Amino acid sequence: MFKTNLIRILKTGFQNFWRNSWLSIATISVIFLTLSVITALVLLNVVSQSVVANLQNKVDISAYFHTQTPEDDILDLRKHLVDLPEVEAVNYISREDALESFREKHDDNEILMQSIAELNDNPLQASLNIKSHTASQYQGIVSFLEKDEYKSMVDKINYHQNKEVIERVSSLAANIGTGGIAASLILALMAIFVTFNTIRLTMYNWKDEISVMRLVGAGNWYIRGPFLVEGVIYGLLAALASLIISYPLLYLVSPKITSFLPEVDLLYFFEANIWQIIALLIIVGVALGCISSAIAIRRYLRA
Amino acid sequence: MIHFDSVSKIYNGNCAALEDINLRIKAKEFISLAGPSGAGKSTLLKLLICEEKPTQGKVFLDKQNLSLVKPKDLPAIRRKIGMVFQDFRLLANRTIYENVAFAMEVVGGTNDEIKQDVPQVLDVVGLADKAEYFPNHLSGGEKQRVAIARALIHRPSVILADEPTGNLDLLNTWDIVKLLLKINELGTTIILATHNREVINNLGRRVITLDKGKLIRDEEKGRYIL
Repeated sequence: MFKTNLIRILKTGFQNFWRNSWLSIATISVIFLTLSVITALVLLNVVSQSVVANLQNKVDISAYFHTQTPEDDILDLRKHLVDLPEVEAVNYISREDALESFREKHDDNEILMQSIAELNDNPLQASLNIKSHTASQYQGIVSFLEKDEYKSMVDKINYHQNKEVIERVSSLAANIGTGGIAASLILALMAIFVTFNTIRLTMYNWKDEISVMRLVGAGNWYIRGPFLVEGVIYGLLAALASLIISYPLLYLVSPKITSFLPEVDLLYFFEANIWQIIALLIIVGVALGCISSAIAIRRYLRA
Repeated sequence: MIHFDSVSKIYNGNCAALEDINLRIKAKEFISLAGPSGAGKSTLLKLLICEEKPTQGKVFLDKQNLSLVKPKDLPAIRRKIGMVFQDFRLLANRTIYENVAFAMEVVGGTNDEIKQDVPQVLDVVGLADKAEYFPNHLSGGEKQRVAIARALIHRPSVILADEPTGNLDLLNTWDIVKLLLKINELGTTIILATHNREVINNLGRRVITLDKGKLIRDEEKGRYIL
């Protein structure tokens, strides 16, 4: 009997969907819009995160050492720095490297080149170029370098000159992160709310039929079942529509965004995560259709 | 079979729809429930299908106290009863065949039983050739015959008809009444609520008359007297 009922519920669900095609199209459109908003928000977060990561990547600090500091001490300090969890990379630039790059940089400035040649000694300092995972971690690294045991080696750290810029980047990154998530949540909630209300109105349309079914003696699950089936169909078709529309759209738009922001490749992100995106759209779509129907029908099923 | 034991139904604390109703209805009877609009006829029927609960007293169907029925057992009670309404209450989205089959599906009829019984019942009500029509393609009389077919299909022990001829012309009215009489002859108890004097007087069956919520007359072979 369970199997027969299940088949009947599925059949009625499909039948209702088909016979009320206009209502079905309207509901699918609303879920489709919601899913599109969610896809757009995911992609927008990808863009903002790439921009922030790129910005943070450009920030680093350099510690310059007194010229008489032995190279081994500096390399030793480098090892300690690399062990710190907040440090992503430490690049050692010896005094010779520094002189070499200085020469390359000022190749065409003869006066500068001559004065360098006249000096017997290399005036440039060895340095460690330090990159952290996020901009906010530089303060901790600087404190580490300012400890007593290293104080005598370190001449200056350019953090203090760049502090303001680093802090601005750091707070911008944090703001974009939390702001993006908050805005996404609010927009997603609004879209979900609109969908829920659309389905509630659809269900209002069915309230007389539901009361008739109850009077004929249908059990609650027998009444509810087809509506849930319909909800699932809405969700699946809306997810499909959303995928079909967003892929070619990204194909067209993504190169334009990449020409603006070279570090952002939305099409690549979309293709690389296609299964996760499909799963997200289907889960959200089906859940929206199904749960909204279940909640909306509840009031008409009370005995 | 049906027993109303000192039943009152009071809405909003002071509006009495039914007052102290004592009534016994035997199996296979044909009862006319007479009275003007607002007399309490529909309320009485609603108590039987558990759409309402009595404020006082008890209602029994087959010795089962309906006041004590839990919400999850309501469908089982309603399957014992066939209901026909003035406004037909068909499922607009389903064909005539599907409307009738639905009542069988909910009582757990198999596909074979449905395929066998639904055409038979549609034949009884004279709509075999309109099985694939939708309700909005039918006239009022035809819709009511579908409603009767639906009320009949799962072989209920009692059919409650609430003003079934209220929206019909004279010819269709008699068609419906004759159909109900035929069903009664086959052994189903019928309770027909109506304010149609002519119908009641011509039936010559038991008449229970309600007025302002009170049972004022209960006569075998009665007439519509107010």
